[in-house]
Amino acid sequence: MLSLSKSADSKAPLAELIHQAGGIILGKERQIRLALACLLARGHLLIEDLPGVGKTTLAHLLARLLGMQFQRIQFTSDMLPADIIGVSVFDRASGGFVFHPGPIFAQLVLADEVNRATPKTQSALLEAMEERQVTTEGATRVLPAGFFVIATQNPSQQIGTFPLPESQLDRFLMRIMLGYPDRAAERELLRGSDRREMIASLKPCLTPEELPALQMKAARIHVSDALIEYVQALVAHTRTSPDYPVGLSPRAALALLAAARAWALLEGRSHALPEDIQAVLPSVAVHRLQAAGDAVGYRSAEAIAASLIEAVPLP
Amino acid sequence: MAGTKQPPLSARQSLWLIAAALAAFLPLAPYLPQWLGIMTALVFIWRSALLWRRSPLPPRWLLLLAVAAATLAIAIYYRTLLGRSPSIALLVLLFAMKTLETRAARDGFALVLLAYFLVMTQFLFSQSLVNAAAMLLEVTLITAALLIMNHQRQGGVRALRQAAVMLAQAAPLMLLLFVLFPRVNGPLWGLPSDAYSGLTGLSETMRPGSISQLGRSDAIAFRARFTGRPPAQRLLYWRGPVLTRFDGGSWSMDRVFPRNTLPYSAAGTAFDYTVTLEPHNKPWLFALELPGSIPPEGLLAADYQLLAKVPVRSRLRYDIRSYPGISAGLDESPAILRQALQLPPRSNPRARAMALSWRADIGIDDEALIQRMLAYYRRQLFSYTLSPPLLGEDSIDEFLFDSRRGFCEHFAASFVFMMRAAGIPARVVTGYQGGEMNPVDGSLIVRQFEAHAWGEVWQKERGWVRVDPTAAIVPSRIEANLASALPQGEPLPFLARPDFLWLHDLRYRWDALANTWNQWVLGYNPERQREFLANLGMRSPDWQKMTITMTALCGVLLAGFAIWALGSRRKIDPALAAWNRLSRKLERLGPRRVGGLGPRRVGGLGLARFPWEGPRAYAERIAEKLPMIAAEIRLIAAIYEELRYGGAASREGLKELNMRIRRL
Repeated sequence: MLSLSKSADSKAPLAELIHQAGGIILGKERQIRLALACLLARGHLLIEDLPGVGKTTLAHLLARLLGMQFQRIQFTSDMLPADIIGVSVFDRASGGFVFHPGPIFAQLVLADEVNRATPKTQSALLEAMEERQVTTEGATRVLPAGFFVIATQNPSQQIGTFPLPESQLDRFLMRIMLGYPDRAAERELLRGSDRREMIASLKPCLTPEELPALQMKAARIHVSDALIEYVQALVAHTRTSPDYPVGLSPRAALALLAAARAWALLEGRSHALPEDIQAVLPSVAVHRLQAAGDAVGYRSAEAIAASLIEAVPLP
Repeated sequence: MAGTKQPPLSARQSLWLIAAALAAFLPLAPYLPQWLGIMTALVFIWRSALLWRRSPLPPRWLLLLAVAAATLAIAIYYRTLLGRSPSIALLVLLFAMKTLETRAARDGFALVLLAYFLVMTQFLFSQSLVNAAAMLLEVTLITAALLIMNHQRQGGVRALRQAAVMLAQAAPLMLLLFVLFPRVNGPLWGLPSDAYSGLTGLSETMRPGSISQLGRSDAIAFRARFTGRPPAQRLLYWRGPVLTRFDGGSWSMDRVFPRNTLPYSAAGTAFDYTVTLEPHNKPWLFALELPGSIPPEGLLAADYQLLAKVPVRSRLRYDIRSYPGISAGLDESPAILRQALQLPPRSNPRARAMALSWRADIGIDDEALIQRMLAYYRRQLFSYTLSPPLLGEDSIDEFLFDSRRGFCEHFAASFVFMMRAAGIPARVVTGYQGGEMNPVDGSLIVRQFEAHAWGEVWQKERGWVRVDPTAAIVPSRIEANLASALPQGEPLPFLARPDFLWLHDLRYRWDALANTWNQWVLGYNPERQREFLANLGMRSPDWQKMTITMTALCGVLLAGFAIWALGSRRKIDPALAAWNRLSRKLERLGPRRVGGLGPRRVGGLGLARFPWEGPRAYAERIAEKLPMIAAEIRLIAAIYEELRYGGAASREGLKELNMRIRRL
């Protein structure tokens, strides 16, 4: 008989994690899953939304539940790259320079309001994200294993922002939006206790060794030729249709597959399905299809993805 | 179109459109008046500059003003807006202006269609093989522009390649339509009446210098193909206009009374051949002397000139037989003989005086007088040249006594003049002498530089006899060709030059090809079509039969393409085939069997799979709509999923999937 759920064992801690997180951030299970999938696919996450909808809370929550070492960087317009990466200071005792690592040397980095910083500082962060290492003063320093950035961004119409250019948006595997909670979830939120305290009281669901293992597992999820053909058809459509100013790059296609694998893992499957592609498409593809600073609401990202999905038949 | 705002064209699309527009315009440029060509080119440069600098297009009122001004200029230049050249000038102008207002995709498509049309108008000027090949390239470029209009980001090379493939795919259809589309009599392209100016060829008058002008032209006058062995080079006298009337300056055709019977009896050796005459817009045909049959397109004049019933405005083919040995005009009518003695009073006194003194010397022996004239040419060292000096009023006197340099028309004219002055009936015959055998296809090519003029004299016992004074001076002109007759260093038409042998070979091949093109493509008239189709086995082809066959064959061809296109699709995964079968089965599923809701439109339940719907999503949707088979559907979906996406494709799994779908 066919074995339909080979990975039931890995589903348990992840399901528990999602359940716990859902108790803190109410009515946003989909976004929590996406964030988790992004982490499992070893990508970085960009959360774009108005202040106060729970971006920071989500980052805190993930760090706590995953048992990761957490650092937060609040981006401001007067920030310098050294404020992120770190700086060498002369140590009189040893008679040499000693490197004081910046806040980026952590497993999970929350880059809060990344579009408030100047492009120079932004690119320091984005370079570190891409290379997973930092080079200052001639020395290359590797960032901790499982380095994961959650950047938050305000809608760029807001005053005092430097919107990330397309090339840098591309560095983020996913962009998600939280959106306002619905009425029932908001009522529960208002009734409940302080979220920070609740997070502090949570126990990590994963041990530090489990996360890399899960990431390995996600990368090994089977992707069939039929699915690759589907990804190609989607990408080809964005390249030829006049509806999109820019088409999806090969990197975007790779990102789609990686995210779909992680999503399949979260679903407890050993192979990825077209549904997985379709589930991650709004978060993986839409920010790569739009011009910079084109802030769209959560709904319209969904709508763009839906129109793309419906334009491309399954091969 | 209010409300439906179209996306503006991208810079790349605009660039391709300009390229397509140039491809349509440039080949027409030589046929346009120079000022218009320059103006149009300027418009294109302006448009390109706007594109380069990303500037907005000019406002509409400015364009309207420019169009009005240019239309006025065209109307003034041609004095009309009708006819081929003014219409095309106007079309080119409006076309160029259109590029200045192509903003949205719709304008782009209009421009592309116009470009196609403009390319076709080239056929009104030239229908040569080279032109057709060039047009094919232009159409490829325009089609590529059309492809880029539709697919913004398609690569240029790819678009060109795809356009070429599309045209190649259209070729069989084109061939079919060409062969079977019922033909009307007349040229493939009906031309307005102003289309024939500028054709080179002999004219109905001859003055000193008129044939030596033709001597510089490489253009083909006609081709001839002999059924047997062609006659010797020196017999190749292609008779054209016979010039009897002389007014002191120029020779011209007499009024002719054409008939369709031979005025002489044909006898002796005969040569059968087919002439393919290039259009020359004049009402005569050419035949070796003397024609023994009259083609249906022609008539024979009293001076044995073969006339066409209408001016030859499209390439004309006729079969004809000639008898070189005929003696004609033994009992010539006195009226014609009187005409052949006519001379303007008081012209060329010196020549006249010499003729009279010779007559007094010789007496009544006409033959001796002729020989004396020919000897005079030889003794006085006359020279044969393509660039004779200009002659004044008494041209014959000046030529015979002063300049002594001339081309064939000088010799023929002076000879005939002298004969008449001496009382021998004579006339000038123009036409072509010689021709060049193309070894590739065995046809004889006669070019304009082979134009020739010679004399005919009438003698009592022999009738009309050809006397070619040129042959007396430079025999090689008649026995070989023009190049050998002219002195060294004389500028020859390019194709008459004896050097560059490889070029000659190439030219022969090219001409054979062009001849085939003329015969089979341009000369494909109703008779040829009937003949060809009868050869293919169609009995008594008429236009109804042709239309039916054409439609049927086009249908078969298109069906073949469709089958090929379907067959060349990738082989479908059997699991996917089964899955699609399930979708179709559910779509057909009658509502009665499912829920007893009563008859409804088939497919009204919307149970077919959406083309983009994944297996799980589809299974869940069906499960929700048809709860009674939910479990089974989910299981089928799971098996399919495992087969297609799970990487565990097995024969058993496929069998089970098929079985379950069948049983459902």
